[in-house]
Amino acid sequence: MCLGIPGKVIEITGEGVTMTGKVDFDGIVKEVSLAYVPDISIGDYAIIHVGFAITQLDEKAALDTLAHLQEIEAIEVELDPDAALAAEEAIAKGAE
Amino acid sequence: MKYLDEFRDSDLARRLLDDIAGITTKHHVLMEVCGGQTHSIIRNGIDRLLPDDIEMVHGPGCPVCVTPLETIDKALEIASRDGVIFCSFGDMLRVPGSGRDLFSVKSTGGDVRIVYSPLDAVQIARDNPDREVVFFGIGFETTAPANAMALYQAKQEGLTNFSMLVSHVLVPPAMRAILDSPTNRVEAFLAAGHVCSVMGYEQYYPIAEQYGTPIVVTGFEPLDLLQGIKMAVLQLEEGRAEVENAYQRAVKREGNLPAQQMLADVFVTIDRKWRGIGAIPQSGWALGADYKAFDAAERFTVTDIDTIESPLCHAGEVLRGTLKPDQCPAFGNECTPRTPLGATMVSAEGACAAYYLYGRFKELEATP
Amino acid sequence: MTIENWTCPMPLRDHPTIVMGHGGGGQLSAELIEHLFLPAFGNGELAELADAAVLDLEGSISFSTDTFTVHPRFFPGGDIGELAINGTVNDVAMRGAVPRYLSVGLILEEGLPMAELGVIVNSMAKAAEHAGVTIVTGDTKVVDRGHGDGIYINTTGIGIMREGADIRPQRATPGDAIIVSGTMGDHGMAIMSVREGLEFEASIRSDSAALNHMIGDVLDTGADVHVLRDPTRGGLAASLNEIAKAANVGVLIEERAIPVDRTVAAACEMLGMDPMYVANEGKVVAFVAADDADRVLNAMRSHPEGVNATIVGAVTDTHRGMVAARTPLGSTRVVDMQVGEQLPRIC
Repeated sequence: MCLGIPGKVIEITGEGVTMTGKVDFDGIVKEVSLAYVPDISIGDYAIIHVGFAITQLDEKAALDTLAHLQEIEAIEVELDPDAALAAEEAIAKGAE
Repeated sequence: MKYLDEFRDSDLARRLLDDIAGITTKHHVLMEVCGGQTHSIIRNGIDRLLPDDIEMVHGPGCPVCVTPLETIDKALEIASRDGVIFCSFGDMLRVPGSGRDLFSVKSTGGDVRIVYSPLDAVQIARDNPDREVVFFGIGFETTAPANAMALYQAKQEGLTNFSMLVSHVLVPPAMRAILDSPTNRVEAFLAAGHVCSVMGYEQYYPIAEQYGTPIVVTGFEPLDLLQGIKMAVLQLEEGRAEVENAYQRAVKREGNLPAQQMLADVFVTIDRKWRGIGAIPQSGWALGADYKAFDAAERFTVTDIDTIESPLCHAGEVLRGTLKPDQCPAFGNECTPRTPLGATMVSAEGACAAYYLYGRFKELEATP
Repeated sequence: MTIENWTCPMPLRDHPTIVMGHGGGGQLSAELIEHLFLPAFGNGELAELADAAVLDLEGSISFSTDTFTVHPRFFPGGDIGELAINGTVNDVAMRGAVPRYLSVGLILEEGLPMAELGVIVNSMAKAAEHAGVTIVTGDTKVVDRGHGDGIYINTTGIGIMREGADIRPQRATPGDAIIVSGTMGDHGMAIMSVREGLEFEASIRSDSAALNHMIGDVLDTGADVHVLRDPTRGGLAASLNEIAKAANVGVLIEERAIPVDRTVAAACEMLGMDPMYVANEGKVVAFVAADDADRVLNAMRSHPEGVNATIVGAVTDTHRGMVAARTPLGSTRVVDMQVGEQLPRIC
């Protein structure tokens, strides 16, 4: 039901219902159906499940999510001065 | 792998775990519906790293676990027939029917083949025009578009030797059934990320409102799961009951429209029985009139099957979250991964199999 | 050598495929031996064509047998022939013996293309030469079409035990360092990449290799090596579980330390498989006294088969009989024995 992994579209053939393409997962290349992502382009990423691209991966959203996760501690520090010192130490440690 | 490894960062995971601990002031029961999420939680030991007050209950999100016994038995019957090439995803091969499984059918001469995609089964049909090729079309909404495409192609090409045994189940009705149960303890849901990639999450708003239950669309990697859990816990702590999306890179509110169009063309919604749970209205998909000719259940008239579910098996209660696997009397005795009574002990993300792994290991702590 | 450019070393009668007669003991059998096996495996003892080989051996003997049925028989990085030689050479070497002699038993299916047999036999000859072992006796049978998977190969090997070697699972001791000689999962995923229904394009090659030279160098360092095991079917997880149970010790692995090639990891992600459970054909797992770990690593890394050798965990005296792994998140999970074959999954 769920096993879908992100891959990079490196080749596209055909269009519409018969649209297929080659997707690269770190050196594994698999032929998949792109019928459900008609607007996808070469270089884009898609989530592949049982040989089908079920959605294009929104790279901006991915980077935004990661940035948000990395910022969490900084935001909380502003609210709690006591945590500021602990956070500074943690960040310094993380930078090692 | 890009867009996968970044979401496994252990430092960020630790921070999220600390955040969750920091905001939790009372006991909360959360359920993830998707088997892939269950697998990831267990694999990464996430439920053992969460604060004790956050209780994860593994839901019926494993299509392997909930495929009705009658359907498994039908599959076994069809696979045993001379001349049939029976194709299936690997997950289904060890699921016990009334006394045997696809592996044993294979060992007694059935031509059972594992495929990665339903389109591979269609190719097998093209390559073997004198054989009947049957594909076991199981799955939630995530897999349905792929199965639909296989049928579409078969119909376009007039591949009369291809048919599909369809057993699709839908997530929202299952969530309602769980919430409707008088013994329900689940307070918030992690909605299945890839199901929502296909279907969007519009369907969850009425549920959140009607039951006052937070629903967070969640992915599969450790950071995705922890972020989803954090957002759900925050809602519970703040008394909100909203639908939120924690998997934005792969899910849009409206979902995948071309896929939904194909689904509407090929399938119709029906009442469906869930193994261990019973009938849930309008919770399944079957082939619509245009595709009935490709229905393996009709093409192969299977004589009355006497399904024999082990009376010792409590998989249903486990799937609903009302019984913990180690509370089942058969757990670890008659029922083990090697001798499973029900699908929840067979499947990699079945709750019982997961508990079996931990239960024998009580002295190990979650963190050093 | 490929099937396309294989040429018969000496002209056979016009038989492009194996027929029942090739196993019958008559003229056709004799031709197969004379025109194919002897030129490939050619050596004094085999050329005697006696019913049995006579060998002069001194000391304790290590003796191992294995049968090879891999399908497909040709895969990226090797074939069933190479596997058959290396597999038995390795089993003998894992006990602390120097492999010397092999027997080869072939069961051929009627209809097997002669060119394929030629390539396989050639692979076996090359592998034997590289390993420094001699094939001194053999047998060939042919079964009816439809009653065999093309070719099954049994190899049985004899080696001379190194003086003082006492290497067996029961010797695993709490405190031991657990070392793997290189990346996990290569062979199994190479096979997957060409398995019908699951094919994908990849640069993954089987790691099939004879490890006796590397193991010899490891033992020559004088390190206190307790256990050696080649993690074939069931992968690293199976080997660790077998050893943990046999010695009644606990095993704790650091997941992050397990070396896995990026492309193999990607293939595992795609099929939903865990590299710890995927077969290897050219790797060794070693349990060594902690103080000797560095010596063993250096010896391994000086061989092409062991460049990625690394410590992956240790033996404990807790959770005896069980294997645990610390995940990158810091939690600990059980690494259980797989029930049957690991299958690709969609869930």
